[in-house]
Amino acid sequence: MKQSNDLYEVFLRSIRGVDHRHVGSLHADTAEQALTYARDVYTRRSEGVSIWVVKSTDITASQEQDMDSFYDPMDDKPYRHASFYVLPDEIDNM
Amino acid sequence: MNKITNSALYSYLLGMADDALILGQRTSEWCSRGPFLEEDIALSNVALDYIGRARMFYQYAAEVEGLGRTEDDLAYFRDERDFSNLLINELPNFDFAFSIVRQYFLDVHACLYLAQLTSSTDQRLSAVACKAIKESRYHLKRSQTWVLQLGQGSDESQRRMQSAIDELWGYTPELFIMTESETALLAQGIAVNREDLLQDWTKSVMADMKNSNLQIPDQQWKVIGGREGEHSEHLGHLLSQMQILQRSYPGLTW
Repeated sequence: MKQSNDLYEVFLRSIRGVDHRHVGSLHADTAEQALTYARDVYTRRSEGVSIWVVKSTDITASQEQDMDSFYDPMDDKPYRHASFYVLPDEIDNM
Repeated sequence: MNKITNSALYSYLLGMADDALILGQRTSEWCSRGPFLEEDIALSNVALDYIGRARMFYQYAAEVEGLGRTEDDLAYFRDERDFSNLLINELPNFDFAFSIVRQYFLDVHACLYLAQLTSSTDQRLSAVACKAIKESRYHLKRSQTWVLQLGQGSDESQRRMQSAIDELWGYTPELFIMTESETALLAQGIAVNREDLLQDWTKSVMADMKNSNLQIPDQQWKVIGGREGEHSEHLGHLLSQMQILQRSYPGLTW
């Protein structure tokens, strides 16, 4: 067996109707094996009803050096926030 | 329940409890020694499933016996000759391949066995089987994946898997032998007919071996005697390690 196997990212859905959330990562040789390890490592205390595993190398992530071009342009566009409306008192959970 | 059924049920339960405890204890030896962290955790989980299974059988056995003994008395204060586990469970782990092949043979068997036990006329046994079969289906998924992976892996992994199969093969016939107690309980729909499972077990195993570049050996040797308390030299060592604390400090708790 090769010494270091692939890294997989693990996503769990905690209850039905809720999104899968990233909970961590683990090593495995195949996606199937990653799924069984995820079951043992991340759902031992009944934390989940559904598991996704994704090879870490299959994730394309934004880069630190792109911060300026990615996020700064949004700073001066406050009109994108729904903060210019006066909400009726009845709606108190927005 | 009449006396005969009672004593048959007790020895039946004890046999299944001992199978589960000894395999659980053996598998727990992998804890902190697994080939990598994830597999270490998974192996320990399997070991715990078996110890949990042993507890359910021991608790029931102790009640059936009716002498006031507890599950702990049965696990910690019986000697080697009183243990009735099948021999395959007590063999040392040797290497990872050996542990995986053993687990695989037993998982295929457990899935077939427990499926039948779910319709036992004994409701308590049926409930235990319903719980345990879910675990065993998962164990099988794991061990089957490993058999495929290591069988088709490197020359070294294939060689180790094949030698584990050759070594373990003679211990598998014992899985399909009925004891007197089992035969008596079978007539009442309580126990499972082990002999009926052989064909399906062999079929599953042959299919997986074929896909894994592994062979079932030709030799016809077999070792039996576990149910009668005739064990290999390995069980005593396992028991001494498992029992020493309770025997040195009886009744000690966490």
